[in-house]
Amino acid sequence: MDFQVVVLAGGTSDSEKLCPLVSKDVPKALLPVANRPVLSYALDLLEASDLKDLIVVVEGQEAAQLVDAWVSSAYLDRLRVEVVVVSEDLGSAGALRAISKRLTANDILVVSGDLVTDVLPGAVAATHRRNGAAVTALLCSVPVSGPSDTASSSGKDKAKKPTRLNIVGLDKSKQFLLHIVSGTDVEKDVQVHKRKIQAVGQMEIRSDLMDAHLYAFKRTILQDVLEQKEAYRSIRLEVLPYLVRSQLRSAPSGGSGTAVDETGSSAVQSSGNLQCLSQHRVIAPSAFKQDGGGHRCCAYIATKSKYCHRLNSIQSYCDINRDVIGEASHLSGYSFSAQNNIIHPSSVLGSKTTIGPHCILAEGSQLGDKCSVKRSVIGRHCRIGSNVKIVNSVVMNHVVIEDGCHIQGSVVCNNVQLQERAVLKDCQVGAGYIVTGGSEHKAESLARKYSEL
Amino acid sequence: MSNKKSRGRGGGGGAAASGDGHEDLARPPPLQAVLLADSFTLKFRPITLERPKVLLPLVHMPMIEYTLTWLESAGVEEAFVFCCAHSHQVKEYLEKAGWAGKSGPGSMAVTAVESHDAISAGDALRVIYDRGVIHGDFVLISGDTVSNMSLKDALQEHMDRKKKDPLAVMTMVIKHSKPSILTHQTRLGNDEIVMAIDPETKELLYYEDRADSSHLYVTIDKDILTNNPTLQLHNDMEDCYIDICSPEVLSLFTDNFDYQHLRRHFVKGLLVDDIMGYKIYTHELRSGYAARIDNFRSYDTVSKDVIQRWTYPMVPDVISSRDCSESRLHRQGIYKASDVTLSPSAQIGANSVVGSATSIGDHCKVLNSVIGEGCKIGKNVLINGSFIWDNVIIEDGCKVSNSLVCDGVHLRAGAIVEPGCVLSFKVEVGKNVVVPAHSKVSLLPQPSNEDSDEELEYADTNSGITDSPPFSSMRSNGDQATVPLEEDELGTSEAGTCGVVGYVWTSVDTGIVEEWRQSIAPIPKEKLEELRHAASDDDGSEDESNNRTLPDKDDSSDSVVDDDDHISKFEKEVEETFQRALGGGVNRDNLILEINGLRLAYSLQHADCAGAVFYSVMKSALVAAQSTNDTLLKTTADALGKWKDLLRNYTKTVDEEMEILLKFEEMCQETTKEFSPLFPTILPYLYDREVVSEDAILRWAEEKEHADESDKVFVKQSEAFIKWLKEAEEEDDEEEE
Repeated sequence: MDFQVVVLAGGTSDSEKLCPLVSKDVPKALLPVANRPVLSYALDLLEASDLKDLIVVVEGQEAAQLVDAWVSSAYLDRLRVEVVVVSEDLGSAGALRAISKRLTANDILVVSGDLVTDVLPGAVAATHRRNGAAVTALLCSVPVSGPSDTASSSGKDKAKKPTRLNIVGLDKSKQFLLHIVSGTDVEKDVQVHKRKIQAVGQMEIRSDLMDAHLYAFKRTILQDVLEQKEAYRSIRLEVLPYLVRSQLRSAPSGGSGTAVDETGSSAVQSSGNLQCLSQHRVIAPSAFKQDGGGHRCCAYIATKSKYCHRLNSIQSYCDINRDVIGEASHLSGYSFSAQNNIIHPSSVLGSKTTIGPHCILAEGSQLGDKCSVKRSVIGRHCRIGSNVKIVNSVVMNHVVIEDGCHIQGSVVCNNVQLQERAVLKDCQVGAGYIVTGGSEHKAESLARKYSEL
Repeated sequence: MSNKKSRGRGGGGGAAASGDGHEDLARPPPLQAVLLADSFTLKFRPITLERPKVLLPLVHMPMIEYTLTWLESAGVEEAFVFCCAHSHQVKEYLEKAGWAGKSGPGSMAVTAVESHDAISAGDALRVIYDRGVIHGDFVLISGDTVSNMSLKDALQEHMDRKKKDPLAVMTMVIKHSKPSILTHQTRLGNDEIVMAIDPETKELLYYEDRADSSHLYVTIDKDILTNNPTLQLHNDMEDCYIDICSPEVLSLFTDNFDYQHLRRHFVKGLLVDDIMGYKIYTHELRSGYAARIDNFRSYDTVSKDVIQRWTYPMVPDVISSRDCSESRLHRQGIYKASDVTLSPSAQIGANSVVGSATSIGDHCKVLNSVIGEGCKIGKNVLINGSFIWDNVIIEDGCKVSNSLVCDGVHLRAGAIVEPGCVLSFKVEVGKNVVVPAHSKVSLLPQPSNEDSDEELEYADTNSGITDSPPFSSMRSNGDQATVPLEEDELGTSEAGTCGVVGYVWTSVDTGIVEEWRQSIAPIPKEKLEELRHAASDDDGSEDESNNRTLPDKDDSSDSVVDDDDHISKFEKEVEETFQRALGGGVNRDNLILEINGLRLAYSLQHADCAGAVFYSVMKSALVAAQSTNDTLLKTTADALGKWKDLLRNYTKTVDEEMEILLKFEEMCQETTKEFSPLFPTILPYLYDREVVSEDAILRWAEEKEHADESDKVFVKQSEAFIKWLKEAEEEDDEEEE
């Protein structure tokens, strides 16, 4: 396939939402999800779709070096990856603009590096090609976020409305994207241009889909837009809505052609030619599909059973980790044991220590006696004392947890030290932080720079 | 008299129904129908001045016949025909056609319900409710609907839904029909509608009729999306105006006495109201026919559908077999009665209907037309796409195209009726006269004092208009000068452009520009071309709006304009109220009440009120004064003296007093410059009368210090006064110390 893939991997500073998880040593792309960098999920998926020419765009020099080092070791001989550095704070559209000259293929697949999904990008690319679209966006069901027990994921809480991320308008066949609202506008009343409805006759408005940040673009159109609209920073908020809006504009050129036919024939009908009675006449296809000059925006809608999340907040980080070792375990690439967990053979468990289902214990980690780990990820070479409880949490590498600590719903980054009987609930602990013994923290964000103050 | 009769009958029906209920509780109440034999619009004027719309013949049969036949075939056991205008004609027809007297199993009992003061469908339903004749679910339909759909599915859906959710009060029948992109209207000449429907439950979430081109956007409330993550926006659906209603619908109309229109008020009212939570559902018609004859274009379209047998079994040869005259279907969709006198050289084209006892002369051509009974058509007549009703005389060499010609019309030799004309009953057209396109001619004069609101325009026209002399005063329509001509004169006006016996109506309600939309005539090519250009122009402007991108930005600018508009409207109303008070009509307390009411209605601040009242007072002074400044000063002093209590009522805080000063300033600068030389004189006066306090004046002066020079004019003028105030204040302070 003549596709070039651009993976927007972000950097270290781009996401304040992920503070304190992201640090200089761990750029966003390398955040571990079930002990694998999040970027690996996107790359593996691309490899599975046989899309092997990649440009990975990283913000910031240092981050780029880290990503480059990891990619070249992990994907040596598997993918042809070029890691490109762009300056920080350009936004997704800005990053694309910066590498615009490197784009040569007819179609460009843009993937966000924080996407964890099992929707094959190849399927999106194929749809894009089949429709000859200017842009094809992957839409997936809005995830029900929030810490939920495994039980509640099956019996979903009806009262809880999923957050609305996008409002999209689709045509009858659900292939064409006619309307998109994103950003803050989604909480406002929906305004749809009448002409659009008139042109298609019927439009489906859905608020339960989200833009997954995986797009296939026609290169020429993408480059034109990036060139003409220099102010655009975001693909999701600006470029895509612009393309969706402007497909209406191109309709008249080709659209009037069909309009002539349609009205011409209807004039004949009402002039009394009863032979072609129009009660059941075939409605002329909409102007959208017929026009030659204009572009089309298409949508690839992932079925509900597909997993599709973006790692762009702490909440989503927790959710994705939980899901990847839980209900979406096929994504992790590991094979789970009969107890539905993975315990690396090199890890050491004390007596009466239990590792529940949906857990991962990576190599070289040690646990003392009478520990209990439930639905959690524990990284490499962690040293965990006795009587430690870890529930619904992510513990990264080289973490030291002393006796009697309780960790619940928290994220503990690399090289953190938890002294005795520390209690964490819904906390994020930044790399290298030392939690003093006996302290209790609830819903806090603990990072080193604060402790140094 | 007639009133009494129908009431008696209605009661009888009700008693019978309840009797059934006692006998067998399991048996559902009989299916009832409410048929509105009045459309409460003026679309079919001038014909409807003389005959109710439901009795107008559609391919030889009155429209109501189609509706009643369908209701009966759909299993309706009891139908109430609500008649208003020309009610005696409707009732007479029901008697004559044998509907009224029917009873027994398998047939439908038809009862006329009469009211003379109903002016809308809402009124009609309130009358029906008062009669207490409806006991269960009923079909609501207007008497101009042609259908052959099966009601079973829709009814079943309605019942099932109601069992689950008693708030589902109505099921609307809709059908697919894509309006033309250019004209934005359906094949039936209706305006396009936009509906939002839940694709799962088919609940109606949004309804907008009337293509309002000023609204470029369809706005869907955010709450709707919260409750329904998926919804379908339809522009390709047509409302059939066949509704299955629960009895609650009637009480809803009674509770909301301001509901008039079924869609614009009732449906929208229910959709907006989320307190009661009533729901409306839709049923999409996938097979079968349903169409409402709402205007001349739909009359044309539905007639052709009937001829083409889409409405089977409601087609001429089947339905008319009950009548004495039998018409037969020939090849190419030509229906001819057996006793038609047809010249061998006359040519009847495809899809035409010719009624009994009609004679057609040599070399005539009839194409795509319906000709009624007992017509006499001369030689060399061309009739194309027209509807000629009964007993029409068309002399030699006439041409009628795409027009409607009512009973008893006489077209003299060589007359030409251009497309889109409507010739009402017994109109005569002189020799060689050309009736220009889209004319409406009637023997009755056009009612002159017509309300602009189409909904309320309805007037009962039974009374006495027929006596008015049709020949004496002829209304002319712009440059199409119509000259009243007696019959013998007609012969002499060889070159006459327009010699018509009857009044030519000007089109008031729709406006000439829109005439083409709903006439029988096809849309002229030029018009389509024009629209196409307009459409592409629109796209141009749309680009701009796209470049401006976010619609909410437009909104905000709009709302600013609105705001100004809003306040000036409010001021105007306050002024009017005040003037009424001046006239002595209202006493002071009531005046305050009224102004407060206005303030609430416009949801404005107290300060706005103060400004507006002050403005009104000053305005009154100005009116009272002569042109010279001396008297103006005097009248102002009088007015302020008289109304100072009123003003004080609104000047409770410094802010409001400030508002008065600012208003005064604004008046002097803009609206009433007469006051500007008097400003420094009036200001101390306001202070003396305690309308404004010194705090307010000083603050005002302070604020103005930093303003532009132009804004400071009045501060400077009253500098002396302000200075005095300041000094007085200081003195006060000193004294206190």
